[in-house]
Order: sequence, then C-alpha cells, then structure tokens
Amino acid sequence: MVLKNGFPLLSGVDLDIEGGSLSVVTGANGAGKTSLLRLLAGLVALTSGEASVAGVDLRAGDLRQLRRRVGWLGHEGSFYDDLSVRENLVFAARALERPVSDIENVVGRVGLEHRIDTTTKQLSAGQRRRLGLAWLLLRRPQLWLLDEPYASLDDAGRTFFDDLLADVVAGGATVVVSAHDPLRSAELAPRTILLAGGRVVGGAR
Amino acid sequence: MMKQLSQRLLGPVTLVLLGLTFWLGLWVTPPDKVQGNLVRLLYVHPAIAWVALYVSFGTATIASGLYLWKRTRSLTMDRIAHCAMEVSVVFIVLTLVTGSIWGRPTWGVWWAWDARLTSTAILGVLALGYLALRRANDDPTLRARRSAVFAILSAINVPIIHFSVQWWKTLHQGATVFTSSRQVLVHGVMAWTLLISFVGFTLLFFWLLRARYRLEVEREESSAATLDEVLAARRSEGAL
Amino acid sequence: MIRTALLVCAKDLRIEARSRVLLWQVVPFGVMALLLSGLALGPAHAGSSSAGPGLFYLVSLFVALLMINRSQGIESTPGTKASVATLGLDPAGVFLGKSLALAVELWITGVVLLAGAVLVLHTALHGAVLALPSIGVTLAAIAAAGTLYGALTTGGEGAATLLPVLTLPAFAPLLIAGERSFSAALHGGTLWEWWVILVVALVAYLAVGILLYGVLEES
Repeated sequence: MVLKNGFPLLSGVDLDIEGGSLSVVTGANGAGKTSLLRLLAGLVALTSGEASVAGVDLRAGDLRQLRRRVGWLGHEGSFYDDLSVRENLVFAARALERPVSDIENVVGRVGLEHRIDTTTKQLSAGQRRRLGLAWLLLRRPQLWLLDEPYASLDDAGRTFFDDLLADVVAGGATVVVSAHDPLRSAELAPRTILLAGGRVVGGAR
Repeated sequence: MMKQLSQRLLGPVTLVLLGLTFWLGLWVTPPDKVQGNLVRLLYVHPAIAWVALYVSFGTATIASGLYLWKRTRSLTMDRIAHCAMEVSVVFIVLTLVTGSIWGRPTWGVWWAWDARLTSTAILGVLALGYLALRRANDDPTLRARRSAVFAILSAINVPIIHFSVQWWKTLHQGATVFTSSRQVLVHGVMAWTLLISFVGFTLLFFWLLRARYRLEVEREESSAATLDEVLAARRSEGAL
Repeated sequence: MIRTALLVCAKDLRIEARSRVLLWQVVPFGVMALLLSGLALGPAHAGSSSAGPGLFYLVSLFVALLMINRSQGIESTPGTKASVATLGLDPAGVFLGKSLALAVELWITGVVLLAGAVLVLHTALHGAVLALPSIGVTLAAIAAAGTLYGALTTGGEGAATLLPVLTLPAFAPLLIAGERSFSAALHGGTLWEWWVILVVALVAYLAVGILLYGVLEES
C-alpha cells in the first residue's frame, strides 16, 4: 500500500514486469497511474507490502540507489526553468560524470538542436518533453518510467516518441509508460496494465 | 512486573515529592537574608527550568536522534519526541512566568533583556516551531523525519543557553548551587528542599510524558480505524 | 562531495544571474527595509551609529528569508525534484553547494546593506570595514542554517509562513553574536566570545547539514 496524507493511493497491486519489455499503465484520472510509476521510481515510499525494482527492495533497500538506475519523465516541468537546454543537460552530464560532448548527440536525436540555447521556460510543452527524453538518453537508465508522455503532443510528436521508445526497448531497457487512451496503448505495446481505484483490475498481452 | 510497579508508583511518588517541596518551601524553610520570602520561588523556578531546558528538551532530542539512526528508527521514537516537546513547551512557559514573577520585585521589571531569559524565550519559540512543523506535514514518515532534524538543530541552542550566563554576564544570577570550583552555596533544609524539588519536577515530566504518549497512541488507533473506511471507499472506485 | 557542491553552487548562481531576482527584487527590498528602519527610529536617532549594527543584521535576516525561499523554490517544483533525484547527487554536496551559493548571495547583499548603513545610519566606515570578517562568517552561518531550515519546510503546508517561524528563533544567537562583534569593531571591546559563537554555530550547522541533508531530501 502507498499512503499519502492518510489516503491510499495504491493498495493490493500485484504486478510483475519483465526486464527489456514495454508496458503501458492505463486507467481513468485518479486511478493511481502516476502513483504506481512514482513508486517504481523510488519517489514515494511503500507503506506496506513487498516490492522490488531493479534488484532494490522498496521497503528496506536504498532508494537513492534505485533512483540512479531509473529514468523519470513526469508530466510536470522537469528542469530548471531559468537555464537553457544546453545548461540543463550540462548540469546533468556533470552530475552523471558523462562527457559533455554527449549532449550534442542527444540534443540532435530529440530534434532540439535549434533550441539548444533557449531557456526551458520558453519551450513549448512538446519541446519540454523532448528535453526530458534528452535527459534520459544522457542517463541511459535500465528502467524508463514515463508519466503521460503523449499528453499535449501532436501526431508527429507521438510517432517520434513511439520510434524512440522502440529503439530504447530494442537496446535492452525496460519501459513503463502511463497513458489515458487504451486504444492507442494497445497498438503501442505488447502489455497493458489497467488500474482503477488504486488496484490492478485488468490487462492484456 | 517491576516496570508495571514503577509505572503505577510514578504518579503517587511525584505528588508526594511535589507536596513535600511546596510544604518545605512555603512553611519550613526560613526566609533568605537578602531576598526574604522571595527566595521561596527559587524552590520551583530552577527545577522547572532544569526540566524545561535539559530533561524535556533533552528527551525530545535523544528520541529524535534515535529516530534518525536506522537501527532504532521507529514511530515510537517520533511519538516520544513529539510528546516530550509538547511538555517542554509547558515547562518553558512556566520557567518564564516564575522567572518574571521573581524578577519583578528583584529587578523592578517583568522582563529584562538578560541572556538566559532571552535564550529561554527563544527556545520556547523553537519548541512551538517544532509543533508548527508537525502540523504542516500529514504524512507520518515525512513529519517524523523533518521534526527529528529540527529538534536536533534546536538542541544546538541548549549549550548556548548554558554558556550564556558566563559569557554575557548580565542581570541573571550566576551559579546558584555550585560555584565554578564546585563549592556548594546552599545549605541545610534549603538544599534538601531544592533537591526534592528537582527530583519531583523531573518525575512530573515523566508522568506527563507517559500520559501524553498514551493519548497519542489512542489517537493513532482511532485514525487507523478511519483508514479502513477510506480504503474500502477507494477500492469501490475500482469495482467493475 | 566537493565536486557536487561546486556543481550545485555554480548552477544556483547561474540561475540567479539569469533571473536577476537578487538584483531587481531582493537588494531593493533590503535597501527599503534599511530606510524604513531609519524612519522607525525617528529623526533624533535615525543617524545614530549605535543602531547601525543591529539594524544591518535585522534587515539581513529578512533578506535571508527571501533568499532561502528562493533557493528552495528552485528545487521544489515536483518535476524538477523528481528528475534531479534520479541524478543521484551526494546530498552532503548538494547541501554545501546550496549553502555556498546562498552565502555568496548574502555577501553581495550584505555589502550593499553595509554601504547603506554607513550612508543613512551614519555607521563609521572604518568600523564597518573592520567588521567585514565577522559579517562574512555570520552571513555564512545564516546561509548554512537557512539551507537546512529551508529544506525542512519545502512542500509542507504554509511553507512560506512556516519558514520564518522556524528560522528566526534559530537565527537569534547569530544575530546577537553578529551585532556584538560588529559593535566591538566600531567601538572597541572584546571580540573573541562572539567569534567562538559564530564559528561554533557555522561548524555545527555545516556538520549537521552534511550528516542529515540526505534525510531531508528523502522527504
């Protein structure tokens, strides 16, 4: 169970996600999709029950260790608004001890090369999502957790995301995405996980 | 069995010692050569200050430290820290009130910008800040962590208070019981009254702490019952 | 830890230089607060140099509250916090970096306020210059303490109003020691006790921050 301010965000979730797979968590507003992804990322505490992610026990393990292994892309703004795309990525690269030269590659891959010196607050929602992907590409985590990445994206943006995620999964990473639209999600991924009232109530392969 | 016996005796022994303090302090001990009957307030003020600054605040700090240490981390420690800090607020206020009552005829004012008085008032506001911080966070783990760190930070002020008399040398009395060379300044029945007072008020703190702790446990049990209802309502959202 | 501290400090100072909140909002606030304090003293006392040290530090504390809020606010948007958490930065380094950045910002503001105290409160220039080392250490201790207390309040209910309740009592001993050492620099007198308090407080807050900032980050 995951409690926040006495309210059970998640309870009775019984789930196994295979490594190297692409899964979509779907459900109505308030079903617990974001809470589940945040739990898997080690960003919220497990109040009761057992869970293990990327070899780290969520009750007794080192959550800081887990967070280093996961990549998180939230639907809120994820960066320092007053820094440019380049400055945000330089900060991340130096924190991760990656070469700063990697930044040019990842920025090119996500199509932000012409906005590299624009401050983040001046980017559109879709461009901020691309910056978030650049951040993840720099990090190369084992587990990608993307919270509603398709919101505010046009068809071209969605196709771009699908192609990139397919590459990432082909490279051996595990990807879990949350999405509202079950029809599109069935096209995307071999597995869907349906949440309602904080519980897993269905799914398909 | 010993634990149960000591718990049952705590209240009566505390009442006896406090009763003895008041009887000795008000009727048996003679007036002071200089202060006259005003000295009788000093049978309670230092003991209350001792409990406020060292016993209760110290208990809250130690419990907070034990909460932060992984081996002893438990919400029991958080509960003890919280309850001790609440009792500390009461004792700090009593310290300032009894000090003011003594200070008015002695110094001519209810409040003086003396180092120890000022530092005690600051500690009182810090204790209130601890309680305010707890109210700002509903999540028990988050609240416990933040409160524990804050209690330890606040405890940094306790040695400042302790050294303030020597370093700032303002209106407050210097050491009353011991001099810096550890010679005892108070004698006879006055000394015994002071000793009984210290023990009595210390036991009063533990009595109040235990009562407040029990109340806190009951409050949490009542919240857990509410959680079951909320959980049932949450699960019904998922019924297909 | 040091590498992380320098990285975080540079990031915070870069954000400050880009946004210019310090320049266009905080410094003007500090100057206005100094002017108001002179007005509050009344015409007979407004130009008294004995009021200068205390008012300088009082205004510095209010400025510090604004800057602490700003420093924590940069990190506490939900998405930023989550993304940065996945970078695995050493919390002790983050604490040192943010404290250092806040100290630099307070030193910059402190120089402006000191000039203000010399100009409008007629604090002696020679004494103000002599007081610079103690002012530097006092503001550094305020920065370290403020970074810790700021982390305690982020995300909680009423964070902006809770911060002063928690920090001002804790700052009081720093205010006393800072004012006393500034006055001693102006008028002569013993300094060493106040230096002991300032250095002990700075070391204590740094030590507690290095040890416990990780616990607060987990929150």
